[in-house]
Amino acid sequence: MNTRSELLASNSRERWVTLLELATREVFQLMLGSDLASPETEAGRPQGVTSMVGLAGQLCGVLSIRCDLKAARLMTSKMLGVEVDKVGAEMSDALGEICNMVAGNFKNKISGLGDGCMLSPPTVITGSDYTTYSIADKPALETMLMFEAMPVVISLEFNA
Amino acid sequence: MSSLRALIVDDSSVMRKIVERSLRQAGLDLSQVLEAGNGAEALAVLQTNAVDLILCDINMPVMDGLEFVKQLPGVENAKGVPVIMITTEGSEAHVVQALSSGARGYIRKPFTPDQVKTQVIPALAGKA
Repeated sequence: MNTRSELLASNSRERWVTLLELATREVFQLMLGSDLASPETEAGRPQGVTSMVGLAGQLCGVLSIRCDLKAARLMTSKMLGVEVDKVGAEMSDALGEICNMVAGNFKNKISGLGDGCMLSPPTVITGSDYTTYSIADKPALETMLMFEAMPVVISLEFNA
Repeated sequence: MSSLRALIVDDSSVMRKIVERSLRQAGLDLSQVLEAGNGAEALAVLQTNAVDLILCDINMPVMDGLEFVKQLPGVENAKGVPVIMITTEGSEAHVVQALSSGARGYIRKPFTPDQVKTQVIPALAGKA
């Protein structure tokens, strides 16, 4: 099994961002039937719903997915196969599961991380008036993808 | 294949609904779908209900999926019933652990109905 430093040394930040995007695209394609697009123009920062999953072990940190409330409701609708106006309290559960699957799919794509990294249960924050403090000692890996023309930001803050 | 009674065990109600939908999309005729939020709840369900198939998450509160599977041999209504694990934990170690605990198959999230079918149909065919 790789040590944490070996793991990080063998994986460039660019490669991890690519894998983060791939992991996210696969989850949306398989579970929501949606193909995510790369933003063609600069999109505004989404706010409204933040889903987070903690990682512990060889990689310690937090993977988060941020989107607008409208996007979150549409994601839930597609995931459950129900009309958007029928989406209710299950939205948080759905967003948490999406984040959980993205985190799991991401770590399973990195050699040595599948066995050496545990995931926490997801946490979902609704609202935008909050700040977070992270002990991450590296700049976050972050990428934006477009879901039905609405921005989704996927971020990985980690401590190496 | 005759109609089946399935037990879906996952702490996410959304995921339970998706698993049920995937089973139906895979062509399985489900006469009854029972749900439980963790292994302990699932054991309680099996005290009073017989099922033909169990699909179970691994990471759950109270009692996880691996512990649940280990306890199944002592449950009359679960004797010979195939268990398929469905989880984000897709490492080889987790797969080995699940199969050695008694699971008949293993599906990684995210999944397609076809992947569910590929695991479930052989498991049902081999039901004791």
